[in-house]
Amino acid sequence: MLFVKDAPNENLIVRAARVLDPVEGLDNQVDVKVDNGVIAELGSNLPQNSHKVIDGTGLVLAPAFVDPHVHLRTPGREDEETISTGTRAAAAGGYCAILAMPNTEPVVDSAAVLGALVEQARADAEVQVGFLAAISKGQEGSELTEMGELADEGAVGFTDDGRPVVATSLMWRALQYASITDRPIAVHCEDPTLSRGGHMREGVVSAELGIGGWPSIAESVMVERDLALALYENRTLHLMHLSARASVEALRRAHADGVRATAEVTPHHLVLTDEAVRTLDPNVKMNPPLGAEDDRKALVEALRDGTLSCVATDHAPHARHEKEVPFEEAPFGVTGLETAFSSLYTHLVEPGLISLETLLERMSAGPARAYGLDAPKIAVGAPANAVLLDTQASWQVAEDGFKSRSKNSWLIGEKLSGRVRATIAAGRLVHES
Amino acid sequence: MGDLHVMRDDLRPPGPPPTRHLISIGDLSREDVERLLGTARTFERSLDREMKKLPTLRGRLVINVFYESSTRTSSSFELAAKRLSADTMSIKASGSAVDKGESLKDTAITLGAYDPDVIVLRHPQIGAPQLVAKVTSARIINAGDGKHQHPTQALLDLYTIQEQFGRIEGLHVAIVGDVLHSRVARSNIQALVLLGARVTLVGPPPLLPRGIEEMGCEVTTDIDAIGAADIVYVLRMQKERMLEGANYVPSLREYTARWGVTPERLRPGQKVMHPGPMNRGVEIDPLVADAADALIETQVRAGLVVRMAVLYDLLTTGPKPVEAEVPMGVA
Repeated sequence: MLFVKDAPNENLIVRAARVLDPVEGLDNQVDVKVDNGVIAELGSNLPQNSHKVIDGTGLVLAPAFVDPHVHLRTPGREDEETISTGTRAAAAGGYCAILAMPNTEPVVDSAAVLGALVEQARADAEVQVGFLAAISKGQEGSELTEMGELADEGAVGFTDDGRPVVATSLMWRALQYASITDRPIAVHCEDPTLSRGGHMREGVVSAELGIGGWPSIAESVMVERDLALALYENRTLHLMHLSARASVEALRRAHADGVRATAEVTPHHLVLTDEAVRTLDPNVKMNPPLGAEDDRKALVEALRDGTLSCVATDHAPHARHEKEVPFEEAPFGVTGLETAFSSLYTHLVEPGLISLETLLERMSAGPARAYGLDAPKIAVGAPANAVLLDTQASWQVAEDGFKSRSKNSWLIGEKLSGRVRATIAAGRLVHES
Repeated sequence: MGDLHVMRDDLRPPGPPPTRHLISIGDLSREDVERLLGTARTFERSLDREMKKLPTLRGRLVINVFYESSTRTSSSFELAAKRLSADTMSIKASGSAVDKGESLKDTAITLGAYDPDVIVLRHPQIGAPQLVAKVTSARIINAGDGKHQHPTQALLDLYTIQEQFGRIEGLHVAIVGDVLHSRVARSNIQALVLLGARVTLVGPPPLLPRGIEEMGCEVTTDIDAIGAADIVYVLRMQKERMLEGANYVPSLREYTARWGVTPERLRPGQKVMHPGPMNRGVEIDPLVADAADALIETQVRAGLVVRMAVLYDLLTTGPKPVEAEVPMGVA
């Protein structure tokens, strides 16, 4: 279900890092030895032999990150991102695995399109890539895709992301039918009749700027609908990029009722509010839009208490000329793979809003669990998927530092704390800085 | 958590406009507004002379770029520049490279190559003036950006009120109608609140944006509220900006019946303003539009002198009194 390019595994020793795996309950300063891509030993002063040594002194070694929501723009918009550039960006961000969305040109809605992507990932992917397939053919919201065959071909789940599943009946059938695959349905919750004409969250700022408002209820009424369907069918559901307090509260109530739903939140929704739109910078325009401070606080609290179990970047590359236009003309979406950890370390961990352990869990085991994938872990016998973090580092985000083919980051020029120093993905050292 | 709001220096709203741009009323201090109104008054006196042209901006280039249709704004900017002896050029979206798909950025760079002193821009989208400001060295005057701002309209409205009442502070202005789609409303709310007037918005609930009261005004759906105002400012129903099927109002007939400004809903002596163009018989009864208490034509005349004042203020030192610069004798 996850695909990566074929390359020789490595023999590595990470020396003297603080090894922190909140799921395994590990927090020790030890050496970690990787033999042929697999974690072979944890201990002090391990002999080097012919292994490549990475000095981890003063650094944190943790399970590498898993991003459940990335747009690789392939096929169709390789000018914005390719599997090669997107996975190199992921490696630079500390990710060992990413899940790609199917809203490409053509849409990933048939075994043929998916098969071609799998082949490309086997040739080009620096870190493991999983592909979601569409729920409906062409993501047009009327006919179900051949989910059985798509799952056999390796689809990790199904989504019409980029668009909501508008017809309630189709969403109902999708939940029923996908049960033959054991792969989750993931939903972009938006009632398009409420969000139509909206370019930012409806509220005080949109009223003052005169920008078309996208009300929070456009998200939350669809969250309520889909949770009701999931309860009725007793099926798992994954809610993508939640942005509103009402959505989080609906999810919390559904969890109490026994609904098996997971949900993700993006770094930009955890850090920014609609006040940022006053800059009119198209790089703070995304879907769903930035919420009010009250929404942001609810998202942070839900990430802390686990109601939101995943951080997802919703990495959405866009060509420069498409973003260098007035705000309302610009497409929705911002990049995030290379800044996710640092932005959340700076804005959530340093101020004490959540612990480093919680952040690490929500960026790695949480997303893996949502899609039924093996969680990366620092344990003997596990494949080496680890990230080396410098929590003392301070750096300034610059456009020319990105590995992504697109530069539409909301953080350009910002000073951040915490930096990814190395990434080991599927047994290979894929990033070092 | 103010530090969380990402503000990049090149995207901050520009500084005080007397030095560079006029994009939003929010860029102006009360002192700036009072100075601009004073300058406009000086120019108004100069227009009483037989020779109406002043040499003040001789050799300066003002380019009017209009991506949306306009009669009074584009004509008054052009005449204002000419009265001050500036060279002018006018570019309209239709018939230009915009028709061929040229982006705003590229059009701005092209025009910037002529070294204009001022670009007057009207564009259907917020943020367009900032984008042009970023890629040219011209001073930018926002002549309307989407539903956001139309600062020279608000200034000419303030000028009209000031001339009529001798003051602005303490007056009560009711703004009636389609606030949601109105850049005129947003600029006027800011400007009137800045100068100490009381502002009440009146209209159908879907056309009164959620949260607008945070701008410092009162909000009601009851048309009878206009009875308490010194000035009733009527907004145009912006049919062209309304999404089809959005059901902001059930029909124009019902809108007119509930919120139309009619003689019956006004007290004698209440002044009526409208930014134009009017939909007679929709938001405003023709009897009101043509009555002696309507200031609509005065607003148009004020547009010329206020735009002269804005051009003058941007291109000279701003805070310096206008008399020092304008030779009032021969021109």
